[in-house]
Amino acid sequence: MAPILEIQNLYKNYGPVEILKDINIAIEPGDFLVLVGPSGCGKSTLLNCIAGLEPITGGDLMIGGKNMTDVSPKDRDIAMVFQSYALYPTMSVAKNITFGMKVRGVDQETQTRKLNEVASQLQIEQLLNRRPGQLSGGQRQRVAMGRALVRDPKLFLFDEPLSNLDAKLRVEMRSEIKKLHQTLGATMVYVTHDQIEAMTLATKIVVLKGGIIQQIGSPAEIYNKPANLFVADFMGSPAMNLIPAKARSGGKGAQIEIARGTGDPLILVDEHAPALPEDVILGLRPEDIAEAGFRAGADVQDASCLVDMVEPAGADTYVVSELGGKQVTARLHAETVATPGEMLDLSIDMSKVSYFAPDSGQRLN
Amino acid sequence: MTELAHPPAQKSGAFGKVVLRWVLYILLCLFALYYLMPLFVMVTTSLKSLEEIRTGSLVALPREVTFDAWKTAWSGACTGIQCEGLRPYFWNSVLLAVPAVAISTFIGALNGYVVAQWRFAGANIIFSLMLFGCFIPFQVVLLPMARLLGLMGIAGTIPGLIFVHVIYGIGFTTLFFRNYYVSIPSELTKAAKVDGAGFFRIFWSIFLPLSLPIIVVTVIWQFTQIWNDFLFGVSFSQAGTQPVTVALNNIVNSTTGVKEYNVDMAAAIIAAAPTLLVYIVAGKYFIRGLTAGSVKG
Amino acid sequence: MTKWLETHLPKMVLAPSFIAVLVFVYGFIAWTAWVSLTRSRLLPKYEIDGFIQYDRLFASPRWDTAMNNLFIFGALFIIIAMVMGLLLAILLDQKIRTEGVIRTIYLYPMALSMIVTGTAWKWILNPGLGIEATVKSWGFESFTFDWLVNPDFAIYTVVIAAVWQSSGFVMALFLAGLRSVDDEIIKAAQVDGIPTWRIYSAIIIPSMGPIFMSAFIVLAHLAIKSFDLVIALTGGGPGYATDLPATYMYAMAFSRGDIGQAASSAMIMMLVVFAIVVPYLYSELRAKND
Repeated sequence: MAPILEIQNLYKNYGPVEILKDINIAIEPGDFLVLVGPSGCGKSTLLNCIAGLEPITGGDLMIGGKNMTDVSPKDRDIAMVFQSYALYPTMSVAKNITFGMKVRGVDQETQTRKLNEVASQLQIEQLLNRRPGQLSGGQRQRVAMGRALVRDPKLFLFDEPLSNLDAKLRVEMRSEIKKLHQTLGATMVYVTHDQIEAMTLATKIVVLKGGIIQQIGSPAEIYNKPANLFVADFMGSPAMNLIPAKARSGGKGAQIEIARGTGDPLILVDEHAPALPEDVILGLRPEDIAEAGFRAGADVQDASCLVDMVEPAGADTYVVSELGGKQVTARLHAETVATPGEMLDLSIDMSKVSYFAPDSGQRLN
Repeated sequence: MTELAHPPAQKSGAFGKVVLRWVLYILLCLFALYYLMPLFVMVTTSLKSLEEIRTGSLVALPREVTFDAWKTAWSGACTGIQCEGLRPYFWNSVLLAVPAVAISTFIGALNGYVVAQWRFAGANIIFSLMLFGCFIPFQVVLLPMARLLGLMGIAGTIPGLIFVHVIYGIGFTTLFFRNYYVSIPSELTKAAKVDGAGFFRIFWSIFLPLSLPIIVVTVIWQFTQIWNDFLFGVSFSQAGTQPVTVALNNIVNSTTGVKEYNVDMAAAIIAAAPTLLVYIVAGKYFIRGLTAGSVKG
Repeated sequence: MTKWLETHLPKMVLAPSFIAVLVFVYGFIAWTAWVSLTRSRLLPKYEIDGFIQYDRLFASPRWDTAMNNLFIFGALFIIIAMVMGLLLAILLDQKIRTEGVIRTIYLYPMALSMIVTGTAWKWILNPGLGIEATVKSWGFESFTFDWLVNPDFAIYTVVIAAVWQSSGFVMALFLAGLRSVDDEIIKAAQVDGIPTWRIYSAIIIPSMGPIFMSAFIVLAHLAIKSFDLVIALTGGGPGYATDLPATYMYAMAFSRGDIGQAASSAMIMMLVVFAIVVPYLYSELRAKND
């Protein structure tokens, strides 16, 4: 199938400042693409470029196979949901939703029909005569979605649509957006700084930093095989442990040596390790450190650590210990008993380990 | 020591507070008298006969209320050679202020909309240049403007004065609307663009309906400025087209005949009435305009 | 074509105003500056002849009086209006129940034309029937208050009327400033047991620097432009005793037919305004860009 959105060598400058550098993205119909990154990484600018709200400095942008680089937003067959919802304050909810159709000269009958369809889909029928100022945050969010849905566009764009909602509502709306995506089969591009939103919603994630794409991949790829230290650190909560270590490559795999706060260093053996330089950074998700004996397998190795801190979090207990000079978090079972200042027997799943080069930050395995 | 001293100290503290409160209110009332006194004197004087003014006290209430002075001020007082009172000039001011306020407010709204929501390279420089125009002493443009109005054939006419007031009002009206529109999230414009609306459509359907408060502020500000203007009025008008402030000054300072203080005062009140009325009815917006016009964004 | 129109429409909408400002503000300033360097009298001439008009201006005793008056009037007007405005704002800030009414009373003069203000005070201050006569009629026979007709004091009557007109406005500015100080800071100070006057002098007023600055700019601007008030109150007299640069310029331009003098005096006025406004605008714009 032809990609529905294709971005080739896109550059965006504000004066002498490069905001986006050499962006290449292609998504298929039905994809849910999430652009994620810290604030100022250029993700919202990229979305505005896709919408045609910002001119691009270089490269091409295709929607539905047509080159849209110089086409104005209204002719791109897109709809957009904004962070502040951007509802027209002086218009009723119904008028907000139908404004786009009215501008385009759609006949009254179709307007009413589509309005009613969307209103019932989003369960906002009883709000249609209200003004945006009389709505709660969640209701505004729904109206903003309604305004986009009613257009039935090729491409939906979302600019951090949930960031103004409180935590509970955010989770609720998140699953509703996901449901909507599944029932409509629509193609969506979604910007967020929240990596959990990215993981839960996306079929494809683009991680951006400083206007440069760090990694493109499925949520699982991004989570399990981060392309560099930035992605490893940014995606996942609690963050991936990044532990400085010494590697000695042998005939088969490598021996990894990690300094421990007390006593002799921790020695781990990874039979599948590629050829590694002497200094590496070991990336280890908190859930890949478990209580000793809990996980079995050839790659699970014991590691006894001094407990520095215990943080019970309800479903899990986080245990913090110092390894390689870093605070390393392990995600353990809630019932596990750990006492600060005492040793705890843990095990590490070496099959899940990532290796990074300390200088370039790039992934090594 | 503290235990013994405390209760009386507290008592005297409360007593001191009451005294302080009284002093405060008396001070505030004295100041209020100071601000009201000229208005009071104007009104009472305008209701007295000349005879009573000469013999009575400035601050005394009129013994016999008479509206003769008001009649004369409105339709009989002399501004130089003509003796038609303020009436024709009052209407001149109305004819001048209404279109000048409307036009400058409309232009300001459009300009503010462009500067705040359609930023383009150089828009800020243009805005700064316009803003700067608000601060020049108008004396520096009087001479060339007089010549230009002559060249355009509208010297000494009301359209000429409208033109001048519109030109030099744009800076402020643009400033007002720009500061108002800049606080409206640009996402609103973006959403409307994605919805397919163009420049004017967004202005009419979205921004103008939002603008009632700032329109009120701007209209009041411009009306007060233009109605109260004297410099442009006296420089660019001629007998017959003068605004009310110029006519008032002519009545008061005309040297012919007996000095009729009651007529002067009545005329002054008539000239002040429209802006005073606006202030009383919409003081909140008037003050907002004043502070916005001076503190600026 | 439509795409071009779409992207350039905002510029085209702004363009007429921009051109108008360029011509009628900056072009006209240039014209006045040019003429101020010529020997123009009744009609403008365009041959530049150096600073002759400025030499004449600075040699003119009437201009000298006007500038002196500007500094006396400006300094007194600004200082008194600021002090009064601040005092009134602090008094009104004490949770006064009738604040709305009082504020309305203090501020109404600002809605009046300077011509009206001048007319009113001219009547009140005239020695024959005004305050002087009234106080005399109360039995103080030796009381004199003839500033309006006394060349040495007439300029102070302009100050009186101008302060009356503008001090309420300064009060409104300061009141807004007082109210914008973070409430928690004041509460913290109260909890610390700091007396009210110390809270004002040590915490609130120092944090109002920008408001003082704007009030100063507005008042200075009003002072330099003052024209109508003098015309209505004293007509510049007695003699030239209350002339200000603005009235001097007007007299030269429209009654004396001396365009060269009018232009050069207008330029000086503008320079004085710029000397005050430019640093302010500059710091404002810089603060905004940072």
